[in-house]
Order: sequence, then structure tokens, then C-alpha cells
Amino acid sequence: MQHLAFDIAHLLAGSIVLVSLMLLYQVRLYALLNVFALQAAVLALSVSWQAWLQDAPELYLTAAIALVVKAIVIPLALHRMIRRLGIHREVETALNIGPTMLAGLALVALAIAVVHRVSPDANMIAREDIAFALAVVLLGLLMMVTRRNAVSQVVGFMSLENGLILAASGAKGMPYVVEISVAFSILVAFIVIGIFLFRIRERFDTVDLHALDQITGSER
Amino acid sequence: MTAAFNSLIHPFAANAVMLILVIPAASAALLFAVRDYRRSARLNAFAAFLMLLAALALLVEQPPPGDYLHVDDLNIVFIILNSLVGFTTSLFSASYIAHELEIGRLTRAQLRFYHAMYQLLLFAMALSLLANNIGLMWVAIELATLTTVVMVGIYRTHEALEAAWKYFILGSVGIALALFGTILVYLAALPTVGEGAAAMIWTVLMSNAGRLDPAMLNLAFIFLLLGYGTKVGLAPLHAWLPDAHAEGPTPISAVLSGLLLNVALHAVLRFKLVLAANPGAIAPGPLMVTLGLGSLIFAAFMLYRRRDIKRLFAYSSIENMGIIVFAFGMGGPLANFAGLLQMTMHSLTKSAIFFTVGQISQAKGTQRLAELHGLTLTQPVLGWGLVVGVAAIAGMPPFGIFTSEFLVVSSTFARQPLLAIPLVIGMLVGFGALMLRLHDVAFGNPGGPDHPVKSSYIPMTLHLGLVLMAGIYLPGPLVVWFQHVAEMLH
Repeated sequence: MQHLAFDIAHLLAGSIVLVSLMLLYQVRLYALLNVFALQAAVLALSVSWQAWLQDAPELYLTAAIALVVKAIVIPLALHRMIRRLGIHREVETALNIGPTMLAGLALVALAIAVVHRVSPDANMIAREDIAFALAVVLLGLLMMVTRRNAVSQVVGFMSLENGLILAASGAKGMPYVVEISVAFSILVAFIVIGIFLFRIRERFDTVDLHALDQITGSER
Repeated sequence: MTAAFNSLIHPFAANAVMLILVIPAASAALLFAVRDYRRSARLNAFAAFLMLLAALALLVEQPPPGDYLHVDDLNIVFIILNSLVGFTTSLFSASYIAHELEIGRLTRAQLRFYHAMYQLLLFAMALSLLANNIGLMWVAIELATLTTVVMVGIYRTHEALEAAWKYFILGSVGIALALFGTILVYLAALPTVGEGAAAMIWTVLMSNAGRLDPAMLNLAFIFLLLGYGTKVGLAPLHAWLPDAHAEGPTPISAVLSGLLLNVALHAVLRFKLVLAANPGAIAPGPLMVTLGLGSLIFAAFMLYRRRDIKRLFAYSSIENMGIIVFAFGMGGPLANFAGLLQMTMHSLTKSAIFFTVGQISQAKGTQRLAELHGLTLTQPVLGWGLVVGVAAIAGMPPFGIFTSEFLVVSSTFARQPLLAIPLVIGMLVGFGALMLRLHDVAFGNPGGPDHPVKSSYIPMTLHLGLVLMAGIYLPGPLVVWFQHVAEMLH
């Protein structure tokens, strides 16, 4: 029974890594958002499983936040935004898909190699989860570095954050996981609002202030 | 007499920790409601003054550590420095902001927001310094980041929004990495300390440091160093820093450079202490030495190519943070002492420089170095203030930074002579760049418009006076205190 419980936890955490790799090769923004929503949904499942496993009811709340905010609300908001702002529907990459995937695989290997040096008497479930979580964090960083559009960068940041929630939920009895997920939701909300208000299309280059004036109705 | 004094001060001192947090938090709420900007500027300064008094009361009596907050010799240095510079900056800000309102760069509504955010930032920084819980510390640094992001973007110009956005994204990544490190620290403590909040309390971590899982701690420290290091402004994670300093209001540049960088550094030092007390973990020193030295040399060379005066001093902050992190990375009583002194002197000097630069850019209507010439002739007080400030920050005697840089170099020579060579080269390159720029700005042929400046010179003079005093004579109690903290830092 114990083994089965661990296996399911690993399966779910592993799927999140897999979806992270899927995020890397999406070339269309809408598809990217759908894959991200899928990742958030798998995260919600994984966190609920941990909640049941650790008998920690507050983790269900974290799972609910992941499901409602990250799998539904934010992807929908970004969908609307892409339509309203007329953003390019394609993901502009600084690095081609092939090399990015190779780098991604190397990062996953690195994450597992690094975490496996941790002494085996540490809680097994935590150790495997940390390896997966580290892989998700690194893949999120990779995505932020190799993508040009603001939207795909935000998706990279949010998938990085999924890795953090995965790590926090896997750490047995860790306090404040709910608070942390709320704090991050606020951060992400700020970022999304920022993109919308300032019409940020590209990483650091295009902040269309003229558009901002149109929104706020002020004159300069 | 002393008994009467003690009984008078006791209730105040016992609650000083709460006061340090409550004063700025309550003032932030209050300032959102105050419409008149003159009144809110005065209130802002008054609240910062009360906070300084509360911080000084910690010297009289230190409460025992709690689960969430604690005071020890290390964070007292940071808190007092923070509230002092917070107070003087609020004084400077009051006069600076009036001018910005006059020329229409800010509206009244924005000013209301600005003052509330200023107090919120002071609150977040104090909370992070006082936090005994590593989760709380992380939340406080996130809050400090968010408040500074909106302050950097407050002018709503194209450049300001870009700078704020860049700061926001890079700051968020740094924060995310730091959180991962925090989770790993919890996991490292889990087998020894047990489940629950205890494994996130710094004093508990410290007393069990020897028995924490070393491999997990190593991994955690790398993430914490990179995450909080982003906020310290260490190269190559510094990209947000020059833009954020250059585009925001000048009082915010002063607070960012003088205080927020220190707050992030304080977080790194806390975790360094945990690692240093664990025999199985990697030595945190070499990592910090590498990052510090890299930042110093990188920033020193970058100083030559700056076109914007605030950007110039932003790079100088990276350079100084590099020296400070290097000194703490070297460790040992002497290098730690030098690091603490350098940090204090840098905060005081850099904020004084930003006060001067803010007034200069108001007087001249530009921040471009190419358009600033001969200030000692047209604006004698500002011009000579800048000369003194830059001489101090570049490490010329008889200022305090000369003392601390001398101590860093001599302790490095004594222990790792090879490391001292790049250190000295970096310092000299930076020195050269600052002198070169200063020569044009301060002396050269005067030109351009000259608007009268009404700002107060008191904060600048006070800071530079303290730095000069530290260079000539360090008071005995201060030396003993810093030595004590230096020993605590290993």
C-alpha cells in the first residue's frame, strides 16, 4: 500500500515534469496556454494526493487555488488578452526548439543527479519530489530565458512556480504552503495586470505607453 | 538616576520590536488617507523618526527571541542603519517631492500613494530583518520588492515602466529561487527538528545546525545565494539594478541602494551562518568570494561607459556590494568587521550621493553626464557635496570607506595573497572611473540651465559628516560592537 502511494505521487510529479518539457516545444501561444492549464491541473491532482497522503487538509486549499486560478482563470484571461491586444499568435524563440529540448533534457538529468546525492535516509518521498520539482523549476527558468514574448515568459514563470508548489507540498508538514501559494497568485496577478495595462508584448523592449493613456483616459 | 531612567525607558524598550513594525504599518494606512501632500510629507518624516527612536531603544534592551521575530547583535546593526537612513531620506524626500510636484512630474494622487508606499517599504524591510522565521523573511522581501516596483514605475514614463517591469520580472525570479532554497532548508531540518513550523525558525535551525542534512543544505544555499543575490545586485544577476535606480524618484534610488540591498544581504548572511555551523556542508565562503569579486570587477569596468549620472552610481553600488560580499565570504573577525563597516559606510555615502544627484538633476533638468559640467562653480554646495561624496565612495582617505577597504585588502593579503590582486585591480579600476566622471561633472566649463534648488542640505551633510568621522575616529563602543558581530559571523 505504502509503495503504491509513493508510486502514484511519483507518477503525478513525473507527469508535471513531462508537461514542462511539452511547454518547451509549443510554437503557438494558444497551445502554450492549454498545455500550461494541463500542467496546473496535474499539479492540483498531485497536491491533493499529497494532502490525502500526509493527512494535511490545508493542502486541498492549495490544490483548489492551483486548479481555479492557474488552470482556469489565468489561461482564460491570457487568451482574452492575446485576442484583445492583437499579440502575435506565435511564440518567438531566442533558441530553436531542438537545442532547447536538448538543454531541457540536460537540466532534468542535472536535477536528478544533484538531488540523488542527498543522503538516502532522508524521507524518500520528499527526495524524489524535490528532484522532480527542481527539474520543473529549471525548465521554467529555461523557458523564461529562451522566449521573447511577454506572455510566454509569464507562462515560464508560472510553470517555475508550479515547481515550487510541488516542492512545498512534497515537504512533509511544511507550514505556510497555502499562504505561499496565495502570495504567488498575487504576484502572478500583478504580472498579468502589468502586461495588460502596459501592453507589454516583448520581454523588456516594448512598453506601449500610448496605449496606456488610451486605457486610463489621461492626456499627456 | 539610572534606575529612574531605566524604569522610564523599560516599557518602551520592551515593546520596541512591535513599535518598529507597527509605526510604519500604521503610517502607511494613515498616509493613504491624507490628501495634503505637505502634511503627508511631514507625517512621513515624523513616522520615520519615531521608528528610528524605537530602533535605538533596542540598544537598551533586547527582548528574547520569539517564534516569528527576534533581535540579535547581527540584525540590530541593520535595523538601526535602516531606520537612520530611512529617516534622513524621508527628510530629503519631503523637499525633493515638492519640486517634482511643481514641475508636474508627479500628481497629488501619486504623491499620496508614494508616501504610503514609502512607509510600507520601511515596514517590509524591518519585518525581513526582524524575522526569526525564514518563511516570514521571504514574504517580507517579496513585499519589499513589490513596493519598490511600483515606486520605480511611478513617473509612468516609457523608461520608468520598462525599468519597473524588468525589475519586477527579474526580482520575481530571484524571489522564486529563494523560496525554493527556503523549502530545501526546511527539508534539511525535517529529520532532526521534526515537522511543522519549528523547522523554519532560524534560532532553532542555528542550534541544530550541526545535525542538519548537509547535502540538502548545500543545494539550498546555492538557491538562496542566487535568489537573494539577485536582490543584492550581484553580477550576473544585477540587470535590474541600474535601470531601477536610474528611472525611479531619487529618494527611492537612495533607499534601494542604501537599504534594500543590505536587507537581501542580511538574508544571505543568516543562511551562511547555518551552513558555517554544519561540518558536513560546503564552505559558503568561496561561493560568496567568487560572486563578490566578479561583481566588483564587472561593475568597475562598466563604470567607464555610463552616460547617466544615476546609472553611474547604481553601478558603483554593485561594485560596493561586491566588495562587501567578498569580505563576508572571506570571513574571519577582521574581514567580517571590514564588511560590516563597508556596508554601513556605503549606505550612508551612497544615499548622500543620491541626495546630491537628485538635487543636481532638479537644478539642471537632466541626468545625462554629457550635459553636467562645472557644478562647483554654478552650484557650489551641491558640486562640492558631490566631490566629497564621490571621494568617499571611491575610497579616498580620510573617509570611512578608505578604512574598510584598507581592512578588506590587508586581511585578504594576509590570508589569500592571490585573491588580493584582482580585488585591488577592481578597486583601482572603479576608482579611476569615478574620478574621471567626477572631474567633468564637478570642474569642467559650466553650462546648461540652472534652476534654483530649495531642497535641504541637512541629510547630505549629516551623512557625509558621519562618514568623515568614521574615517578619522571610530568610537570605541562602535568598534567593540562591530567586533562582537564580526565574531558572531565567523
